[in-house]
Amino acid sequence: MAEAVHGSGHEDNEGTRRDFLSLTAAAMGAVAVGGALWPLIDSMNPAADALAVATLDVNLAPIEQGQAITVMWRGTPVFIRHRTEAEIAEARGVELGDLPDPATDEERVQKPEWLVMVGVCTHLGCIPLGQKVGENKGEYGGWFCPCHGSHYDTSGRIRRGPAPTNLPVPPYEFASDTEITIG
Amino acid sequence: MADNDKPHTEITNPVLKWIDYRLPVISMMNHATVDYPTPRNLNYFWNFGSLAGFTLVLMIATGLVLAMHYTPHVDHAFASVERIMRDVNYGWAIRFVHMNGASFFFIVVYIHIFRGLYYGSYKSPRELLWILGVVILLLMMATAFMGYVLPWGQMSFWGAKVITNLFSAIPLVGEDIVIWLWGGFSIDNPTLNRFFVLHFLLPFVIFGVVFLHIVALHQHGSNNPLGIDTKGPQDSIPFHPYYTVKDYLGLGVFLTIFAAVVFFAPDYLGHPDNYIEANPLQTPAHIVPEWYFLPFYAILRAIPDKLMGVIAMFAAIAVLFILPWLDRSPVRSARFRPAYKWFFWVLFADCILLGWCGANSPDDTWLGIEFVVWSRLATAYYFAHFLLIIPYLGLFEKTKQPPASIAEPVLGGGPAGAVVATAKPMEKQ
Repeated sequence: MAEAVHGSGHEDNEGTRRDFLSLTAAAMGAVAVGGALWPLIDSMNPAADALAVATLDVNLAPIEQGQAITVMWRGTPVFIRHRTEAEIAEARGVELGDLPDPATDEERVQKPEWLVMVGVCTHLGCIPLGQKVGENKGEYGGWFCPCHGSHYDTSGRIRRGPAPTNLPVPPYEFASDTEITIG
Repeated sequence: MADNDKPHTEITNPVLKWIDYRLPVISMMNHATVDYPTPRNLNYFWNFGSLAGFTLVLMIATGLVLAMHYTPHVDHAFASVERIMRDVNYGWAIRFVHMNGASFFFIVVYIHIFRGLYYGSYKSPRELLWILGVVILLLMMATAFMGYVLPWGQMSFWGAKVITNLFSAIPLVGEDIVIWLWGGFSIDNPTLNRFFVLHFLLPFVIFGVVFLHIVALHQHGSNNPLGIDTKGPQDSIPFHPYYTVKDYLGLGVFLTIFAAVVFFAPDYLGHPDNYIEANPLQTPAHIVPEWYFLPFYAILRAIPDKLMGVIAMFAAIAVLFILPWLDRSPVRSARFRPAYKWFFWVLFADCILLGWCGANSPDDTWLGIEFVVWSRLATAYYFAHFLLIIPYLGLFEKTKQPPASIAEPVLGGGPAGAVVATAKPMEKQ
């Protein structure tokens, strides 16, 4: 008895009106569930307060030539090195063909003496040495990652070791001659 | 029951068939949500069970995300909730859904309980089903109370203080128990931490008891507005599509009302004082619990003795546990109990009155009578209903004769060949 009411009687392959209603209802239900889930998923994205601290102003005036500082930007270290003439010359004298991830030094800096880049090894996320005096700067005078032995040059480009790419350059601009805004 | 007990839905997919042969989850789900033979005469009051289940899932889903953003520390809790409201993507929506979801959970569950009272759903053979339901209510109350403490506003703090102090009424060990509950000599960080952990845990405990509730339900099937057992296949229809569709319609109406409150009056059911950070040195002038606790709060305040007040408040729920044995009437549904039907509505009004008393200050007056007097009258009636009126009606009420079967009033007489006895009292086999 229940069965007789259950199917609407059409056993052909055309599909019944009930099939149509079921499918459209299921589709609308899926849209509704997706719409309800989206706020829950999106809430796990960076919140407004995290986005608000996504830019950072850095005063470059106190940094002498040859010195480097590390600043925190979006929870990761950013290396800022005031490069010497020799370091710049070395970075610009390299053949592009010798680089695993070819990029000219000119592409990686806005002003030659200021190198700004994210200080996170592109291999597995360790922080390379080379910022402080006396630290191992690697074979190319730039940075050396102690985790798995990646060597970076004075332009932060990968030269030897397992890291696949150069240290990335974050978006930044010079607000004045001695101040940059990162992010 | 004949062919309604057999699954109608054959699994055709070979992979699912292979799995189901070894792990019968698919046929279990089928039995519970598709084939489940359901009385054909359920009305819309039977929507509230599935609505309660939906609300539980909604609360767990939103609560899970809120817990990712919340900090259970007295110095950060209030600010972290404000951060959820202002900074987290859709945080305001998620919190308002969770906040009002608690209220709607209680609305749905209270209607579900009164449905059970009206149609005698607690009677044999569904006593354990009913008792598990009361357990769920108690767990919900504990969960809601501890959840309300988490935002660490003034009402959170002072609500926690008042409720935990209830236990100080216990003779001899009361004070020690309160210190143990607090984890210190006042409500402080240890209290907030444990409340957060328990508030996270208890919904999953509720989920487990709900599972048992459903197992118990499916053992003897749903009660129905006539309060008589199904006698054969002509009395029941498969859950899907008949009641899935009916439940979906109810869900649509529920969500419409819920969305209206969440988006247009999200703070209507709350207290403004809870947007002031907890201050252990200042009690708010007018402290009342959330609306769903008001009737119990009124009972607490109605009794002039501290210990007796606490006992009466807990007894108001405890009496529900023994209701299946207090009610000796052989007829389940109030449709066939002319006197009980009226007393049911008086009890309902009495509960509303208790809530009204709980919302007002005891010294204020209504119709020239102080609220404390109203509270006492209403409390006395509440217990009289369960302990005097219900047992008395069970013995002396002149009940009407329920129809012989669910199908009989519709189809006129029983089905050919089926033996349909006249409805026996209680229909115990």
